[in-house]
Amino acid sequence: MNEQKNMSLGQELVTLLKTNIRDYMMYIALVVIMAFFSWRTNGGFISARNISNLINQAGYVAILAIGMTIILIIKHIDLSVGYVAGFCGAVAAILMTQHGVNEWLTILIVLILGALIGLYQGTLVTRVGVPAFVATLAGQFMFRGLLSLSLESTGTIIVPNKGFNALSNGFIPDLPFGTDLHMLTLIIGVVLVVAMIYSQLKERRNKQKYNFQVSSNAVFIIKMVAFAAIIMIIMYTLADYSGIPWTAVIVGVVLFAYNYVLNQTRLGRYVYGIGGNDQAAELSGINVKRVTLYAFISVSTLAALAGVLFTSRLQSATPQAGLGFELDAIASSYIGGVAVSGGIGRVTNTIIGSLVIMSLTNGMNLMGVGISYQYIVKGIIFIIAVAFDIRTRKSVR
Amino acid sequence: MSDYILEMRNIVKEFPGVRALDNVNFRVQRGEIHCLVGENGAGKSTLMKVLSGVYPHGTYEGDIVYNGEVMNFKSIADSEAKEIAIIYQELALIPELSLYENIYYGHEIVKGHKIDWNETIVRAKEMLDKVRLNADPSMKVKELGVGNQQLVEIAKALSKNVKLLILDEPTAALNEDDSQNLLQLIRELKESGVTCIMISHKLREITAIADTITVLRDGATICSIDCHEYEVTEAEIIKHMVGREMDNIYPPRAEHEFGDIAFELKDWTVVDPAKDGREILHHVNINVRKGEIVGLQGLMGAGRTELALSVFGNTAGYKITSGEMYMDGKQVHFKSARSAIDGGLAYVSEDRKGNGLILIQDIKYNITIANLQALMSGTSVNKNEEIMQANYYKDSINIKAPSVEQLVGNLSGGNQQKVQVAKWMFVKPNVLILDEPTRGIDVGAKFEIYTLMNRLVEEGMSIIMISSELPEVLGMSDRLYVMSEGTITGELTAEEATEERVMAMAIKGGAQDE
Ligand SMILES: Nc1ncnc2c1ncn2[C@@H]1O[C@H](COP(=O)(O)OP(=O)(O)OP(=O)(O)O)[C@@H](O)[C@H]1O
Ligand SMILES: [Mg+2]
Repeated sequence: MNEQKNMSLGQELVTLLKTNIRDYMMYIALVVIMAFFSWRTNGGFISARNISNLINQAGYVAILAIGMTIILIIKHIDLSVGYVAGFCGAVAAILMTQHGVNEWLTILIVLILGALIGLYQGTLVTRVGVPAFVATLAGQFMFRGLLSLSLESTGTIIVPNKGFNALSNGFIPDLPFGTDLHMLTLIIGVVLVVAMIYSQLKERRNKQKYNFQVSSNAVFIIKMVAFAAIIMIIMYTLADYSGIPWTAVIVGVVLFAYNYVLNQTRLGRYVYGIGGNDQAAELSGINVKRVTLYAFISVSTLAALAGVLFTSRLQSATPQAGLGFELDAIASSYIGGVAVSGGIGRVTNTIIGSLVIMSLTNGMNLMGVGISYQYIVKGIIFIIAVAFDIRTRKSVR
Repeated sequence: MSDYILEMRNIVKEFPGVRALDNVNFRVQRGEIHCLVGENGAGKSTLMKVLSGVYPHGTYEGDIVYNGEVMNFKSIADSEAKEIAIIYQELALIPELSLYENIYYGHEIVKGHKIDWNETIVRAKEMLDKVRLNADPSMKVKELGVGNQQLVEIAKALSKNVKLLILDEPTAALNEDDSQNLLQLIRELKESGVTCIMISHKLREITAIADTITVLRDGATICSIDCHEYEVTEAEIIKHMVGREMDNIYPPRAEHEFGDIAFELKDWTVVDPAKDGREILHHVNINVRKGEIVGLQGLMGAGRTELALSVFGNTAGYKITSGEMYMDGKQVHFKSARSAIDGGLAYVSEDRKGNGLILIQDIKYNITIANLQALMSGTSVNKNEEIMQANYYKDSINIKAPSVEQLVGNLSGGNQQKVQVAKWMFVKPNVLILDEPTRGIDVGAKFEIYTLMNRLVEEGMSIIMISSELPEVLGMSDRLYVMSEGTITGELTAEEATEERVMAMAIKGGAQDE
């Protein structure tokens, strides 16, 4: 068990690479895609301004994809998230413009609406036994209808609320003594790095306390420096423009929460167990129906949040909102390494997947590639990622 | 001058972190029954998968010489073309399809471009006759018991004109009668010129049937014994398998008193809505005292697993039409597996792949999943503690794997079974139902599990052991119930129980056979 201790640094790095080949390929793919677009747009893609833009645009997809990841892990699917997002966004706009509800209460109401939709669809799946594919396909019809119905008399609703619109257009404020650089952003960057190193160190100490194998000091330091560099580069880029977008804060919080639940809590274990073998999970004392219901409530609530972000981004609710969102969400999850056969997947990787998808959209838009080609390119990247995933998993077995 | 149909030379097969086969040499004479034995994880199944092309040429080192020629199988189809057929440890039939469809699945009889179903049915019937299975070819596989499904697998192999038949633990899931049938059939196949390689952990049947026995240990050939030279004993095989002498198959139990009744069923009657509301258990009365091992014996289909499932939270959705259940004298109603576990009852499933284990997760995950409460610190699962616990069980019942991070799907069959047992030991229940706990486990590991059972009852746990292996039930139980067609047909103490008496009770209900 201790052989690893005697390996040279080079060997250890190679083993590390080999065992995580799938994850690294995804990071490399993302970097390649970003480099390609930067080259084709003469650096326009990688500019601080465009990166901020990209985050604001990608936010809703990332949120949808996080919810979708869990649904896919437990071997269900939710085809309704697009129009649930569209419909919830429209309801938000109506509440604010026609009923004078303030933006924060509006958001709360809309999230509850999302949860109720999830409760409805989850109940269909778990209690009535309708396959998720069918239940949510029906949902897609219904919420599409509800969306156009709710905007029928008004057409597109322009949302005037500043606070609401800031969610996907605004940035966190800076400290009063501002310089050219956005100081608070840099400070947050430093805090994140320190927090990361602290928690990693703690985990390492803990493992050593139990006498478990840990990576060598050199590898650990290399890893920490690399992560710190990535965080600081991103933060610096953002600070160079207007600072951290609110969208990034929201996605970060949701990601952190879901990642914690999936990796650290019992509920997370149960999700993976159900995806791996639901009968075995049931006999292990897991309430499969309840966990499944939670997953549906969570995906629809996140869809409502995505609807809020999207409406805020456009500063208006339109009848077209929601078209094809579910496709981006599903593709992000699979590109992020969710197993097609269920039971495996991580929300952190799903975020990378959604960055891949949104970089493609954004980059091709900058290059002026037509929408038809965009779909084709996305489809190709999607299928390559999944095929690669299946192949690497096979060879590991 | 021997005529070898097969020679495998210096076979090496590696998986990440595991050298499963390490220079194995294996020779099989034409027309013999060759038994392959060894501990769990010794590499038996892997060797056969190399032979049949599951692991294609190039993924292993060494040569396969078949009928004097070197073979480079790229897939199972290649080995089938050479009339080699393998029946896996896990049955590979399609439950929803009919017998004839299954038998000719993958090599359908075609006329032009159309499948000739009439011809298929006629020929399938012939194959079924050959294996002496008297069943309608158009019934569905799922309607057959495991024993008969095994026969269908063989019929399928025969339909491919097999010359070399490989059977990986064919009798593991079979009861005594079905096993005897199967062995008889293998002998007949031998008469008709088919060479058989059989893997088994049941030494009794090996000494009865083998012409040659090859023992593998830790991925290497230990020896090949010609059974016609002298009478081979089980003890000798065991010695080669484990590398040391083993005096007892059943560990001695320290004398101890039984406590109060820990678990009791009264008048338990159950109806299965999925089977047109048929009554599958009739007025069952059983009890177990603290510190007692109670055997539940019966033929396949006697309703023992159904009894366990109906008691353990009734997850199969049966209707319990009458009866009461008591734990420690208090009446209980278990509505889910969770409530049963919380109430101190645990159930080790007989079907480890189907509903026992989560194969795509690792050993530590599987061992801890039913009792994560024990690992919580605050809202999160303490992962270091999890590894500690998993390692404890890995060492104490000797689960063979490079680490507890190994995926359970990559373990040998027997080691998967051990993980399953460990999972429920970790729950530390008051009453433990073991359904075929030693299925597919080698003698050494059986001994370890028996020892563990003894330790648990000494600590005051109660165990109900369902097993089709009569010697095991007789060897381990303090008391046993015999079941037949959903009815308890008898109760015997350890002293009263003999094979004859138990068998007589087990077929008692047979009079009402449909
Ligand atoms: N796909 C795999 N990946 C990694 N290790 C594997 C894989 N398949 C088998 N092994 C390992 O190879 C060894 C031999 O396994 P094999 O299944 O051949 O054992 P076996 O002799 O058939 O045991 P059993 O009697 O328990 O069925 C075991 O240590 C097992 O864990
Ligand atoms: Mg095996």
